Amino acid sequence: MEAVFAILVGLFFAASIYLMLSRHIIRILLGVVLFGNAVNLLIFTNGRIMREVPPIIAEGLDVPAGAVANPLPQALILTAIVISFSFFAFLLVLAYRAYQEIGTDDTDGMRVAEPADDGLPPMGY
Amino acid sequence: MIAGPIAAADWLVIAPVLLPIVAGAVLLMIRHNVRWHALLALVVLAAMAGTNGLLLRMVLDKGPVSMTMGSWLPPFGISFTVDALGAAFSLTASIVALVCCAYSVRDVDATGRRYGFYPFLMLMMAGVSGAFLTGDMFNLYVWFEVFLISSFGLLILGSEKAQIDGATKYAILNLVGTTLFLIATGYLYGTFGTLNMADLATKAGQIGEAAPLMTLATLYLLAFSMKAAAFPLNFWLPASYHTPPVITGALFGGLLTKVGIYALLRTLVMIFAAERLVLAGVIGWVAVATMLIGALGALAQSDIRRIAGFLVISGVGIMLAGIALGSSGGLSGAIFYALHSMLALSALYLLGGLMRQRGGSFSLHRLSGLYGASPILAGLAFIVSLAVAGLPPGSGLWPKVMLVRAALDVGAWQIAAAILLSGFLATIALGRVFILAFWRVEVSGDQTTTAGALSALGCTALVVLVLAMLAMGIAPEPFIRIATTAASGLLDASAYVHAVFPAGIGS
Amino acid sequence: MQTLIFRTATPFLTCLMLMFSVFVLLRGHNEPGGGFTGGLIAASAFAIHGIAFGVPAVRRALYFHPMAIAGFGLFASAVAGLPSLLFGMPFLTGLWSAPSLFGMSVDLSTVMVFDIGVYLVVVGSFTSIALALEDREHD
Repeated sequence: MEAVFAILVGLFFAASIYLMLSRHIIRILLGVVLFGNAVNLLIFTNGRIMREVPPIIAEGLDVPAGAVANPLPQALILTAIVISFSFFAFLLVLAYRAYQEIGTDDTDGMRVAEPADDGLPPMGY
Repeated sequence: MIAGPIAAADWLVIAPVLLPIVAGAVLLMIRHNVRWHALLALVVLAAMAGTNGLLLRMVLDKGPVSMTMGSWLPPFGISFTVDALGAAFSLTASIVALVCCAYSVRDVDATGRRYGFYPFLMLMMAGVSGAFLTGDMFNLYVWFEVFLISSFGLLILGSEKAQIDGATKYAILNLVGTTLFLIATGYLYGTFGTLNMADLATKAGQIGEAAPLMTLATLYLLAFSMKAAAFPLNFWLPASYHTPPVITGALFGGLLTKVGIYALLRTLVMIFAAERLVLAGVIGWVAVATMLIGALGALAQSDIRRIAGFLVISGVGIMLAGIALGSSGGLSGAIFYALHSMLALSALYLLGGLMRQRGGSFSLHRLSGLYGASPILAGLAFIVSLAVAGLPPGSGLWPKVMLVRAALDVGAWQIAAAILLSGFLATIALGRVFILAFWRVEVSGDQTTTAGALSALGCTALVVLVLAMLAMGIAPEPFIRIATTAASGLLDASAYVHAVFPAGIGS
Repeated sequence: MQTLIFRTATPFLTCLMLMFSVFVLLRGHNEPGGGFTGGLIAASAFAIHGIAFGVPAVRRALYFHPMAIAGFGLFASAVAGLPSLLFGMPFLTGLWSAPSLFGMSVDLSTVMVFDIGVYLVVVGSFTSIALALEDREHD
């Protein structure tokens, strides 16, 4: 089962990196989202996939009876999802503002912070 | 799963993180009542610096301390583990933040305050100290994200065109960097089944050839090099750090890249020691390239803030050189240099801000005649330039001496040569700033600049940083001692492990 | 969204979702649920209210700024770890008491304060994101 997931993670990464190599901000953002999801799936697979019961300890016991699923990857993924969701919301608004202000979503055209004709510092008085 | 009672002094471990979080929360609640923001931030940052000082003294006296949240037993709970390295970095960071906050009182206007400069500053400091003090890999990731998202907020404060442009590049590349960190952490968990750094430091040595540790170490190197702006992953830094108000540049240039260096020290030196040895050649050449690209980039700029941005990159190369050497001398040099560079680069940005106040511009084409206009500023600029370039009596000299000696000890001539050459180039770049902005007679006929008086608070802030750098440069022994203790704690993690697992692992 | 059916149904929906969010929050005590999911439900209640009656109506109904609510939640969560200092326990150690109120045993704990803090952080931040996006639709 892990092998199938590993291939899936690889496909996710391939698609996201392809998108991130684009010049257009919106594609880069889609790539970033896919990248985040690929990582979540990767952590999930790394926690080992198994068909066990939920890790809830029955009443009167100190340790679970029998094998239980590993809860930690899900906690990690939940944290990562929340973070990547809020980042994505921020990045979307930022890209929209950038489009409004600079008038392009082509990264080659975004030279406001680093103008191409900046020139060298003065060489003498 | 309940541990025994702990001493109240152990709460110092959490205080530098808890204070700014609570203060940030309170500032969010009183967001529109801007009068109290600066005062509260100053008080809390001073308290942070105080607790960090106490923490450093405790760690130097008694060795590393650890506290695991919620009375869980390590490695299941999230541990905060502090050794000399974390405490020294955290203390210097809080001092720099305190000074920058004092500078910001005049620099950040009511709009910036209402938009949330101080809450963002507090949450960023919580993230930075959290990253320095935590003892858990995933928790480190969370603190990285905390300071990253607050730094986005600070970066777009004011929403100028250039800021939005710079922030887009900064945000996307840094997000990719932290995601790489998360990938590495996912594999780390899959390999070891634990995320506690002390546990990892023990197990990484024992697992041997059975696990793809080289892959893990390389991924961490890639992710943290991106955060630290090492060549060839440095392009986001000069694109963004000069766009926000100068105070934000000072905070970022001083603190954020050092968190990347800190994380590299923790992962590559303490956890993946054997893999670092294999990667040492690569890291060495990356360090050489970073130093030289940074210094050459600084030579080609005419905006003071962009010069400072490239000098940040050059400094990152020097610290990477220490990680590449990996010996006690090299590591203590790198740690000492990191402490120095937090102070020096913040001071350089603040200097740029003061030059703008007096001379009306950031550009070397416009700035002139500052020596006559303000001799005090010229004196401060002189010492700051010496410190950043690594000349006596500034604080940059001794760590460079330690690094060059450590490099020559193992015959790494290219590293020694690059450190000296980059220092030389930085001297030229800063010397030119001094010649043009201070010594050149007033450029006449230029009516576009608006010169004003210097703010007393801003000058005081810079004087404090200059005094700290002079202290480091003239009496370096205590700092060298702290750096050496921190380096030996990294090379031999047994005290660190013992602080987390007093009874030994697996008991 | 000015349809009559939607505008008539929304107040009931919002009330129901808010009540349900508190139920999920308290259920998280020792069953699936908790502050995060509860907060998301409450935030979507405010988002629906915003779609039906406009963003100003939601801001008026909330009274506090969403970010101030999130700030209070962060404050509550951070402070919930402090009582364990008095008992010599590490930060965030859960402390429990079960006083008897009106003949029922009510479990009170610092963990609950933490969870309510998480609830408020999620309500505040997600409501402010949703309202900011809804505001944008009209420009």
